[in-house]
Amino acid sequence: MATSQAVQGGDGRFDALLRLARAAGRFVAMVTVTLAGLLAVTFLIGRVVPIDPVLAVVGDRAPPHVYERVRQELGLDLPFLQQFLIYCRKALSGDFGTSVLTTNPVMTDIARVFPATVELSTVGVLIGILTGIPLGVLAAVKRGSVVDQFVRVLGLVGYSVPIFWLGLMGLLLFYARLDLVSGPGRLDITYDYLVTPVTGMILVDSIMQGQWEVFRNAFSHIILPAAMLGYFSLAYISRMTRSFMLSELAQEYVTTARVKGLSEARIIWRHALRNAAVPLVTVVALSYAHLLEGSVLTETVFAWPGLGQYITHSLQNADMNAVLGGTLIIGTVFVFLNLFSDLIYRLLDPRTR
Amino acid sequence: MAETSLSNPAGLRAWLLSAEPGSRLQARLGRAYLGWRAFARNPLAMLGLAVVLLLVLVALLAPLLETHPPLSGGDLRTERLLPPSTAGHWLGTDDQARDIFSRIVAGARITLGVVLLVSIIAMPVGLLVGTVAGYFGGLVDTALMRLTDIFLAFPRLVLALAFVAALGPGIENAVIAIAITAWPPYARIARAETLTIRNSDFIAAVRLQGASPMRIIANHIVPLCMSSVIVRVTLDMAGIILTAAGLGFLGLGAQPPLPEWGAMIATGRHYVIDQWWVAAFPGLAIFVVSLGFNLLGDGLRDVLDPKAAK
Repeated sequence: MATSQAVQGGDGRFDALLRLARAAGRFVAMVTVTLAGLLAVTFLIGRVVPIDPVLAVVGDRAPPHVYERVRQELGLDLPFLQQFLIYCRKALSGDFGTSVLTTNPVMTDIARVFPATVELSTVGVLIGILTGIPLGVLAAVKRGSVVDQFVRVLGLVGYSVPIFWLGLMGLLLFYARLDLVSGPGRLDITYDYLVTPVTGMILVDSIMQGQWEVFRNAFSHIILPAAMLGYFSLAYISRMTRSFMLSELAQEYVTTARVKGLSEARIIWRHALRNAAVPLVTVVALSYAHLLEGSVLTETVFAWPGLGQYITHSLQNADMNAVLGGTLIIGTVFVFLNLFSDLIYRLLDPRTR
Repeated sequence: MAETSLSNPAGLRAWLLSAEPGSRLQARLGRAYLGWRAFARNPLAMLGLAVVLLLVLVALLAPLLETHPPLSGGDLRTERLLPPSTAGHWLGTDDQARDIFSRIVAGARITLGVVLLVSIIAMPVGLLVGTVAGYFGGLVDTALMRLTDIFLAFPRLVLALAFVAALGPGIENAVIAIAITAWPPYARIARAETLTIRNSDFIAAVRLQGASPMRIIANHIVPLCMSSVIVRVTLDMAGIILTAAGLGFLGLGAQPPLPEWGAMIATGRHYVIDQWWVAAFPGLAIFVVSLGFNLLGDGLRDVLDPKAAK
């Protein structure tokens, strides 16, 4: 009796485990295929480039036997598929080749510039969350009111305005005319090298080392580009918050809560928003991923030494290894952010299990 | 009888709204008329339509509207970087002493051309991939959708950047690069629509009559996917304009002397502190036009695809 129950219990658990394993397997397979696809795309782009990689190394006056030797060293005489496999193996071990421009391995360069981009997008997305969610909630609660119209206009403008232009106009107004913020770059030159990079994010490093002057200066530099990026995630987050909240507020449990005599504030912020928060996690993760993209243009305008500026700078100098390495990194981060938001969604919402 | 009543507007409306249309054409026109009435009730959508029509008009009439030649400048010693509304230059002049208003007008052609070309390339590709994947299902579906996901996994601008890097800068290559990044969402939508249609009775009936899969897809499935794909394309046009402008701004899209709006901002960038108008007006043009496409797309969605409207 007892054993059979135990076996049954074990069976149930085993089934659940099996289901989980199968879901995990499908997940892993999907990610693997997508990553392989990313590699294939960057590999193919690298092959169709009109720049001869051998000539880039030896110069156009090299004798034929040198040319041929370098061609073999670079593995360009191997069959196409084999070249691709070698490319994959190298990329998976973090080897994207050497940057012609900086003569460093591309991975070293990216590791140096990536923290700046992460810092900028994180501050941006924080601004987007802190303003977008309250605005979206208010717009949903007071549907059709001035606040609702305001949020709608904010969203429309955010979807329509070119981010690099907004950045330039922001610099003109807040830096040149009003002198409220600091100009392009991450720090004023007098504050350079005062903080030893640990995380590479100046805001974090300066707090850790108690350098408040540096922190203040870094903050005055980051606030304008981050506010620009934050505005774009605000446009997206507030719009989605509004629509999630509208569908939550129409649910019957809200009526029940009202009948029970709960205060309206409690219903909105504790009950409805908590349920709307589940899909919002996905929205936040997605907008974070999009800020990585927006940072390409924003970093150019604000001379922000991050991944976006690295890619565009390499592009203008025909440094293909750097461009493709950077593209691959952004694509991978994109894939994993999507994956992460999916997992969180499953974790937070029991109905999806 | 119909002929006589068509001459006055009331008769035309009655003919369009007839509950028993006499021909396929009458039924189609009637539906289009109903859609238009719903669309015209939305003032923001009408505003969007007006902006888009204005863009088309400006692009068509560009040579007539230009007050100065857009590609060649005036006297570099006296007419450089003039502020707005001096000496017949409504929006001022740029660093090459070229009239900014004329350049914006000429740039309307480029913007409209890019939007049209990208849609013409990307829409059929997306429709084909999506409907074929949805109709055949199984392995074809998995393979095509994986391919779509791979393209969706890249941020759009970054992928376009990489393609332009491979193809070389220029407006034609920018169009190709943007089109390559634009089709996946259309394929997704077409597939979703196809999945809801493919098991309907009328498809089964056509199949029993011996129609080939290609005929079923082209004649019976694609027309039903069109409306949601068109809505998505219209909503995407603002994004296409912004991506093209972004590429131009980075110096990878239209090359100088072409008066592309993004490239104009890139030149204005060097003078933004003291001569703000060089960068400000082209950006304003981009903003107004993409806002117009966004409003138009929102309005079209409400009419053509009420399910998606929230």
